Amino acid sequence: MSTQTPDTEATQSLTLVQAVRDGLATEMQRDEDVVVMGEDVGKNGGVFRATEGLYDEFGEERVIDTPLAESGIVGTAVGMAAMGMKPVAECQFSGFMYPGFDQIVSHMPRLRTRSRGRYTCPMVLRAPFGGGIRAPEHHSESKEAFYAHEAGLKVAIPSTPYDTKGMLTAAIRDPDPVVFLEPKLIYRAFRGDVPEEPYEVPLGEAAVRREGTDVSVFTYGAMTRPTLDAAEELADDGIDAEVVDLRSVSPLDRESIVESFQKTGRACVVHEAPKTGGLAGEITATLQEEALLYQEAPIQRVTGYDVPYPLYALEDYYMPNEARVAEGIRDAVEF
Amino acid sequence: MNPTHGAGRRPAILTKTLCRESGRFRYAKVGTVSTLERDPTEDMVRVLDEDGGVVGDVPDLDNDELVEMYRQMKLARHFDERAVSLNRQGRMGTYPPLSGQEGAQIGSAMAMADDDWMIPSYREHAAALVRGQGLTETLRYWMGDERGDSPDEGTNVFTVAVPIASQIPHATGMAWAEKLQSDGDHGAFLCYFGDGATSEGDFHEGLNFAGVFDTPNVFFCNNNQWAISVPRERQTASDTLAQKAQAYGFEGVQVDGMDPLAVYSVTREALQKARDPEEEQPRPTMIEAVQYRFGAHTTADDPSVYRTDEEEERWRAKDPIPRLESYLQSQGVLDDDRIEAIQASVEDEVADAIDEAEATADPDPQSMFDHVYAEQTPELREQAERFAQLREKHGDDAFQIE
Repeated sequence: MSTQTPDTEATQSLTLVQAVRDGLATEMQRDEDVVVMGEDVGKNGGVFRATEGLYDEFGEERVIDTPLAESGIVGTAVGMAAMGMKPVAECQFSGFMYPGFDQIVSHMPRLRTRSRGRYTCPMVLRAPFGGGIRAPEHHSESKEAFYAHEAGLKVAIPSTPYDTKGMLTAAIRDPDPVVFLEPKLIYRAFRGDVPEEPYEVPLGEAAVRREGTDVSVFTYGAMTRPTLDAAEELADDGIDAEVVDLRSVSPLDRESIVESFQKTGRACVVHEAPKTGGLAGEITATLQEEALLYQEAPIQRVTGYDVPYPLYALEDYYMPNEARVAEGIRDAVEF
Repeated sequence: MNPTHGAGRRPAILTKTLCRESGRFRYAKVGTVSTLERDPTEDMVRVLDEDGGVVGDVPDLDNDELVEMYRQMKLARHFDERAVSLNRQGRMGTYPPLSGQEGAQIGSAMAMADDDWMIPSYREHAAALVRGQGLTETLRYWMGDERGDSPDEGTNVFTVAVPIASQIPHATGMAWAEKLQSDGDHGAFLCYFGDGATSEGDFHEGLNFAGVFDTPNVFFCNNNQWAISVPRERQTASDTLAQKAQAYGFEGVQVDGMDPLAVYSVTREALQKARDPEEEQPRPTMIEAVQYRFGAHTTADDPSVYRTDEEEERWRAKDPIPRLESYLQSQGVLDDDRIEAIQASVEDEVADAIDEAEATADPDPQSMFDHVYAEQTPELREQAERFAQLREKHGDDAFQIE
């Protein structure tokens, strides 16, 4: 769980979305092959301002407003990446990635395999994801499992401004394609110190956000905060929960997951994505495979429900919250 | 510059347009400069000029119908202004405004017959209103309530489609089904989408199927010049959107989308052809209604970042409402008293709709588990029960996200 530290100590206090912008800017300054492309990423600076100012700084050939066509965005990024560029393509919301799905599953992850390494696809596909912002239909889903299911893709989900810049930098430098999902509920929820210099937070490494001995709680993205809140609430009742922020859902940091569970023997997994086929199932199976004899209670899943994400009048009921997370942790502890 | 255009001037492109006199399609030369720069009323079907003067054949609408068209447009405009304001006051979520586009929506919706269908994207609440979808329902939808997108039986309005262009193949499929299931006497299916949608694969596939299977469709493109911040000329290097129809084997026509009478005429003709074509005549048509959204893409958008006041002013001069108003006044169909009375009535109607929408209780949280399948699965039933227990134990306040 190490983090490569930057060369200088100058930091800035940024929100998560500002850290996205900063990560893009510093890599674009460092490497001319890095280009940003997508709908409204140029002049408009992105609908969440994630690319604000980049158009003025780097010009229209490196910050590219594309036609409204996700298959075109992802597919041309695959082609550019094959020719040695480092495109960072944006889908405006993860709910609009699906017209590009064929490219995401049929080509992004398979170029290396298919060509036996002759061609590669060192691109990043960014998208804001997750619920809780009172948005219209298709603007709130969490479908990270689709992408984690695809061999050849890496799937990163930061939860802090520091990790956002570091993981985005690592994703851009990665020799393989990375789907970079940004939890938009916490785009501006809080600030954190972010070094001005570029630095990498390695993909595939989890971070322990709270150490504890009674139960391991695995989560990521926007669910990290309510999970930590629930852990603090339970501390008052004498339950000492360890909270592990996975940060990457593919590859999973199996070592950290197993290590934490070996210590506690109990686990609860929290994500907003629906229960069936979600990452919680994968984590549970990993624990069964790797640490069965340490297990002292059924592993709890606190997740979104197996229903289409409701329009916003009901979304608060859909998303796991502090009360539900606390309930799940208790069930694991009090079994 | 597209290299195939060669050096120097770009060649003129010939586009089929609807001939006002004969009702047949003819070829007209379209402009060779950017749509935004050129006069958008050049080379396209129109009936009224910017001042409401008659420059084409006025469609056969009686005075009541003309006044109704005007009233619907005023209603839509007032509704739109109030809806934006509700969002600003935190009483409603993100909302996509339609001001400037009333002529295209109401002109086309009024051209539809009872048996026709409309397949919207997400900005066509004015057209939906003409087709019988209430303002209260529209408000409820944008207030995050699923029940607002459940049109009454017989309304022939399909659900809102947020992902761009995704509804176009549905429209083709629905029209195709109607053709296959009927004995030849059937309605037409009008699908709305925007200029940005023409860049998506679904646009190509939907129109291509329509051409191949000769489905009774009208593909109505509300070209409002901007897909959020991306201008029309960034969507395609072709001179017009309408000309894309030629590649699918049917007619494309550009109409002044801010001229409700021209939109009505063109749409009526296209719908009629879809229902009952002449021999060898393809059923589908694509209509490009050239227009402008006066406001933002949605209330979450700020157009001042990407377009100029000057441009907005140029298009505001083409506002469809004063145009029709001037025409109706010149014909003696409307006078100041009537205009005032209409304004007062639309204000009341919108106020009532807002009151009703806000007085409607939020949907039951348990309804989240309804309508997922015809019959709830055992797993889902268990999740719903567990959810009910949690609500009982913690109270609904515990579920509110800060």
